[in-house]
Amino acid sequence: MSALVKLEEVTKRYGDAIALYPTNLSVESGKTTVLIGPSGCGKSTLLRLIIRLIEPDSGSIQLDGKPVTRDNIDALRRRIGYVIQEGGLFPHLTARANVLLMARHIGKSEEETHHRLLELSELTRFSENLLLRYPAELSGGQRQRVSLMRALMLSPELLLLDEPLGALDPLVRASLQKDLKEIFTRLGQTVLFVTHDLGEAIYFADEIVLINEGRIVQKGTITDLRERPAHSFVSEFINAQRGVAIV
Amino acid sequence: MNPIRKAKKQEGNEESRRSRHHRRFLVSWIPNFLLIFSCILVFPINSSFAAESVVIGSKRFTESYVLGEIAKRTLTDAGIPAEHRQGMGGTIILWEALKGGQIDAYPEYTGTIATEILKGDPGMSLDQIRQALEKLGVGTTTPLGFNNTYALVMRRSEAQRLGIRTITDLQRHPELKFGLTHEFLERQDGWRSLRERYALPQQNVVGIDHALGYGALANGSIAVKDAYSTDAKIEQNDLFVLEDDLHFFPKYEAVFLFRSSASADAVAALHRLEGTLDETRMIRLNAEAERTKNYASAADLYFNEGAASRPQTSGHSGRSHFGESFPSKLTRWTLRHLQLAGFSLLLSIIVGIPLGIIASRGGAVGHVILGFAGVVQTVPSLALLALLVPLPFFGISVRTAIAALFLYGLLPIVRGTATGLQDIPRALRESAVALGLSPLARLWKIYLPMASRSILSGIKTSAVINIGTATLAALIGAGGLGEPIISGLSLNDHVTILEGAIPAAVLALLVQWCFDLLDRVLIPKGLRL
Repeated sequence: MSALVKLEEVTKRYGDAIALYPTNLSVESGKTTVLIGPSGCGKSTLLRLIIRLIEPDSGSIQLDGKPVTRDNIDALRRRIGYVIQEGGLFPHLTARANVLLMARHIGKSEEETHHRLLELSELTRFSENLLLRYPAELSGGQRQRVSLMRALMLSPELLLLDEPLGALDPLVRASLQKDLKEIFTRLGQTVLFVTHDLGEAIYFADEIVLINEGRIVQKGTITDLRERPAHSFVSEFINAQRGVAIV
Repeated sequence: MNPIRKAKKQEGNEESRRSRHHRRFLVSWIPNFLLIFSCILVFPINSSFAAESVVIGSKRFTESYVLGEIAKRTLTDAGIPAEHRQGMGGTIILWEALKGGQIDAYPEYTGTIATEILKGDPGMSLDQIRQALEKLGVGTTTPLGFNNTYALVMRRSEAQRLGIRTITDLQRHPELKFGLTHEFLERQDGWRSLRERYALPQQNVVGIDHALGYGALANGSIAVKDAYSTDAKIEQNDLFVLEDDLHFFPKYEAVFLFRSSASADAVAALHRLEGTLDETRMIRLNAEAERTKNYASAADLYFNEGAASRPQTSGHSGRSHFGESFPSKLTRWTLRHLQLAGFSLLLSIIVGIPLGIIASRGGAVGHVILGFAGVVQTVPSLALLALLVPLPFFGISVRTAIAALFLYGLLPIVRGTATGLQDIPRALRESAVALGLSPLARLWKIYLPMASRSILSGIKTSAVINIGTATLAALIGAGGLGEPIISGLSLNDHVTILEGAIPAAVLALLVQWCFDLLDRVLIPKGLRL
């Protein structure tokens, strides 16, 4: 099992506030790794560092054994899919144009992209009839499906999801959770998934990474976290969410 | 492929066509602007100022217009092509235009030359004036024959009631309100010296346009105003000229100033005007000009009454513009107006959008750009024109008008672009970055289309402002719908003012309406849901 993403001694601060203490993390190929922790703990910062929306203050990040730098980042970004809570769809483009944006930009043939688009709409259970709609004409769940299609368009090696289901109502959320999990399994996708919901983490995770106040507190399966907590915070966090944590 | 798939595939192709079309449209929207405006601009800006003709300028009052027409007729009758650029402004503007070569000759007064132009003693002799002007590359004719000095005038009835006969008598009536022309208020031999010389106590002194001042005098808003002694309005309005008992006002004998480099033929023609106009005759010509609202016909009177030595002419040459039908004049004004506003708007767009993009990134540079555009906007448009006139390259020209309008149009576009870009939610900016789009592609495919509504609204504001402000271009002889407005002001003729003001207002509304339509085409559909 090889590490697709590797962070070594990565730090980040905003002014005086430290967002991330020196951190090491490996994301295993073909697995779903879930980053969990309370709001503002640094889990989104970690994701944003990997796709270089923010620059680390120190340390190195490697993708597939190659260090990520300012120069190669645009090429590397095309090998990474990124989905955020609000979907991040461009309102002036149709669902279809959103999905095809990058493929067209790098000059993929219409035939190839069209074929991939049909594949993806089937995979994400997004009705092809809705592809010509603008984001404003779609529901929240439909928008997230389009966002996922856009992220998967170029068959990325790594999928980064930053609370992708956070803004959805419970029923839509449950159905999307099920579909997402199926998709990850079907594609053998490497996923780094950020959530603050323990139930969701347990549902998706091959490995859970619990983060608090800019540090990784513990890394392991839910059983490891429950039965062998590395810190009193781990038990506190799990107990606080016990209502949903019983699976 | 099963039938459903096939149908969907067709749908997809249809969409991709639409989308390609849409992209093509976005990519081409700036070139489209270029196209629209270049159509307007095909009408060449300098068409009316053919290089080889002698250009006569005139100041912005009736007598100067009439003298300008007379000079033009005299030149054309002598077989020299001539243009008359009417009512270009005040002394400084005409003088700068003469020195700068935008005009070849204009009528001026000896007192003004001595004090305002040469900054000398008002009592300078004509020989002294001629010598001083020669050094500056300017020649002068000898006096045309009349003295149009400054005078203070009041309503005859009020002067009699208060027992005022001389300027000295004004000392006893500090309550009287003075309405003086801006030029008289500022010039060296004007109000300040007059007040000092006569020890005038009046505090209530306002600046007012010369022609409007007569209306103000008639309805009693002001009691005293400055006038020219050959002004036809003095007779028409039954005004009383106060005696200059201390002999304060110097002589203002009319002459023509011309560039020393002007052709000998043209100079000879101007010299033929010397001594041909006495005061009575000038007052009559002025009265004729104001009665008929037609300077060319007043000039005709000069030639028809004419000195016996002068051959009678058919009289058609001076009529080219005045014999024109109203629709044709309106078309000419409107086209020029659209050129001025359109060309300056085009420049504002070409410069404003990139500046707005830079400004949207904030930082010191952004502040400087927005600050500069804001400061330009606070300079009154008239002052901006006046500031540009003395600069080399600009002077009295269409260029100056376009430059001023361009500067005015910048702020709304810069601000619209910057605001539109800054208002894009961070999540969407980051999505564009995370996709791996290059900075240029992000700007072109994502940010600018998303900011299109704000950018277009800036352009719309700029266009409407430009249509309004372009009326001021006529002040520096650049034409447009301001031409009738300014002639109307100097003739105190409301109908003429409205001939320019109404079309300008209609034009502004039309432009607004066109841009509203353009919004529907240029703002992506997804942003209008």
